[in-house]
Amino acid sequence: MSRPDQLQPSGQTSGAEQPLLRVTGLAKSYDGFSACRNVSFDLWPGEILAVVGESGSGKTTLLKCISAQLANDAGRIEYLMRDGVLRDVQELSEAERRFLMRTDWGFVHQNPREGLRMSVSAGANIAERMIAVGARNFGRIRATATDWMDRVELDPQRVDHQPRTFSGGMQQRLQIARNLVTHPRLMFMDEPTGGLDVSVQARLLDLLRGLVAGMQLSVVLVTHDLAVARLLSHRIMVMQGGEVVETGLTDQVLDDPQHPYSQMLVSSILPA
Amino acid sequence: MTRQSHAESRHRSSYDQPDFGTAAGPDPNYNFAYLDEQTKRMIRRAILKAVAIPGYQVPFASREMPMPYGWGTGGVQVTASIIGPQDVLKVIDQGADDTTNAVSIRQFFQRTTAVKTTERTEAASIIQTRHRIPEKALSEKQILVYQVPIPEPLRFLEPRESETRKMHALGEYGLMHVKLYEDIATHGHIATTYAYPVKVNGHYISDPSPTPKFDNPKMNRMPALQLFGAGREKRIYAIPPYTAVESLDFEDHPFEVQRWEQSCELCGAKNSFLDEVVTDDRGGRMFVCSDTDFCNRRLEAAQ
Amino acid sequence: MNQATENEARGAMTAKEATAIIQVRNLHKAFTLHTQGGIKLNVLSSMNLSVASGDCVALTGPSGAGKSTVLRCLYGNYLPQSGEILIRHKGRNVNLVGGEPRDILAVRRETLGYVSQFLRVIPRVSALDLVSEPLRALGVSSNTARDRAAALLTRLRIPERHWSLAPATFSGGEQQRINIARTMVVDYPALLLDEPTASLDAGNRRTVIDLILDARGRGAAIVGIFHDEEVRDAVCNLRHPVKIPELMSPGSEDTMEPGEIQGVAL
Repeated sequence: MSRPDQLQPSGQTSGAEQPLLRVTGLAKSYDGFSACRNVSFDLWPGEILAVVGESGSGKTTLLKCISAQLANDAGRIEYLMRDGVLRDVQELSEAERRFLMRTDWGFVHQNPREGLRMSVSAGANIAERMIAVGARNFGRIRATATDWMDRVELDPQRVDHQPRTFSGGMQQRLQIARNLVTHPRLMFMDEPTGGLDVSVQARLLDLLRGLVAGMQLSVVLVTHDLAVARLLSHRIMVMQGGEVVETGLTDQVLDDPQHPYSQMLVSSILPA
Repeated sequence: MTRQSHAESRHRSSYDQPDFGTAAGPDPNYNFAYLDEQTKRMIRRAILKAVAIPGYQVPFASREMPMPYGWGTGGVQVTASIIGPQDVLKVIDQGADDTTNAVSIRQFFQRTTAVKTTERTEAASIIQTRHRIPEKALSEKQILVYQVPIPEPLRFLEPRESETRKMHALGEYGLMHVKLYEDIATHGHIATTYAYPVKVNGHYISDPSPTPKFDNPKMNRMPALQLFGAGREKRIYAIPPYTAVESLDFEDHPFEVQRWEQSCELCGAKNSFLDEVVTDDRGGRMFVCSDTDFCNRRLEAAQ
Repeated sequence: MNQATENEARGAMTAKEATAIIQVRNLHKAFTLHTQGGIKLNVLSSMNLSVASGDCVALTGPSGAGKSTVLRCLYGNYLPQSGEILIRHKGRNVNLVGGEPRDILAVRRETLGYVSQFLRVIPRVSALDLVSEPLRALGVSSNTARDRAAALLTRLRIPERHWSLAPATFSGGEQQRINIARTMVVDYPALLLDEPTASLDAGNRRTVIDLILDARGRGAAIVGIFHDEEVRDAVCNLRHPVKIPELMSPGSEDTMEPGEIQGVAL
């Protein structure tokens, strides 16, 4: 934490290392029902944070709030922009926020169809973000698109194929490529492997591991699957009934859970 | 029909029919130009807004007209709001003055306004058009009124009105280039040949109406005022005189107009937009200028 | 112990602290099993330990005494209730107790290696990739990392045709050797070894002994659990006994046998 005398009026802390994302006191209710409350955490560059919990824990609501898809009722969300200034995401203009969500942020939906444009080809899906930031050379755009397809283990020959001709696992990988093409620094993932066959899951997780490490991404990953959390994340937050009941290093929370709910969750995993 | 009879019928239309005007005055059962004065004011306000923000689609309270949607009601309402007794009106449909639609709209205005009508492009003060821009360059004293079916250029890629409005507001037009990318990826070139999207005044992306892309360059810095009316969609937009209009493209796939190997079989023009006309049931065809007035002028000049 | 020996021990410890790479001060570790009625196990109580560069400390004591718990605390895998665990990382002492996850991960990446009893197998990742990964995480080029991993796998007698396979189908002994290779591929200043030679034959045991002695030779500080006395005598110069913990259920004065509690790897 920085000293008060080091704060500049713009909110920037001088010299001291800053988190990439800072969430303070986040709360969201629906018609009086508190979906999540009192959530605070810092996320540092290159960190993967898993948010785990069962249905109704508030983890998805939390994810939607911090990724600016849902308006929160209380709390602050601050993001370290590329110019080194920590800004309150809610104080950005809509144009700035939408631009941020299209370039520096990525969102991987559980259902790839929600994160893809199904009416255009795979290549066009990957091209969209590039074009949004000004790319205007067809040859170069297409080359980058095929390169990315290769990186997510999709056959580059299928660059002109429609996404609906791809399997679920392939669509998910296409969704990931579509997000990564602008080299975002922060990714939000909502059950990225949910609904996929086990072998497909394994392949996708492996891919994510490699990409996230290679691209120095920070990730907030919502999952109910502790195995996914263990494999991918550095840190873990356990949510129950809208609150964070335990947080810490992933292997520590999973191997030595302190909170009764965490212990129950960990002990509920069926042995392989 | 034979080549000769086709030529004769086109040739005849401009020689034998004098410029119209109803000496007896407009039909007294209707307000001048059919619309009531309040409606005209409302539409003029929309037009003023549209002119003030080139390329921006202004919503307006489109009225029921005595022709169904899809038959030019937007264009007719715009013309009805700006036309005065001294105006000279030309109406064309696909470049021709003598098709059913052009004729019926022209007669509508003759009846409700008694203004002079003409087929000569340079003699008109208002030109209402469906799907073509006249070949002859227009002047500052003229207004071109386009009939528009779907005013929203992004509609086919983004069906949500809320989203397209936001995209226009924030200048987020990436999707337009995604469509062009898709064209090139599918066809090897940009396959859009009509209603080719343009950027107006360096700001809003607009649909030029289903005119062929051949006509897009004419829109750039045109001395005449260009007004666009979409009756069913209830939108009016405008391009003021001398406004920059550029067609979207990629660096390595620049915008190109259509070209024909043939020239017009009637007047010999090499640089006009040609229609392909089937002349017999044995596959015979001929290429003639789509702009009938332009073609006839050239034929006159040749004699 | 009485006051005199305690002072002596404390004094000796202070001298050692100057070169200590691993220091444990007044460590308390207990487990509260909420899923079993809230039974509390006090495993470690006021534990102190100092390990200097070049030392190898054997944790001794009966099964269930908590030796693995010590190692897991030292790695930051278990959460102590109080006390300090200081690791000398890049010239300063980092306290793993209450440390930020990214700091603990940095210590693990560069300073502190851990050979666990079980190889956590990741599907699809080959043995060679698994072993070279810790080097790549430090910024070593893929080629160099792969070469060093290959050298270590050869030394540990893993047949080359197995290098491109995922270790899921390997024998216990072979998985154990992959585990060891994955840690020893980096020259960690501090090492934690949990039964490193458990499933190995004589030849491989000898190789691992050599690896550990090499590590000590370059100045690593090591804490380990060695069931095999031959191995322990060969590599360790110090011992630290770990006592059986007192087990109590809430509200009762009865003690319980370790075997009655499920699910905690002590």
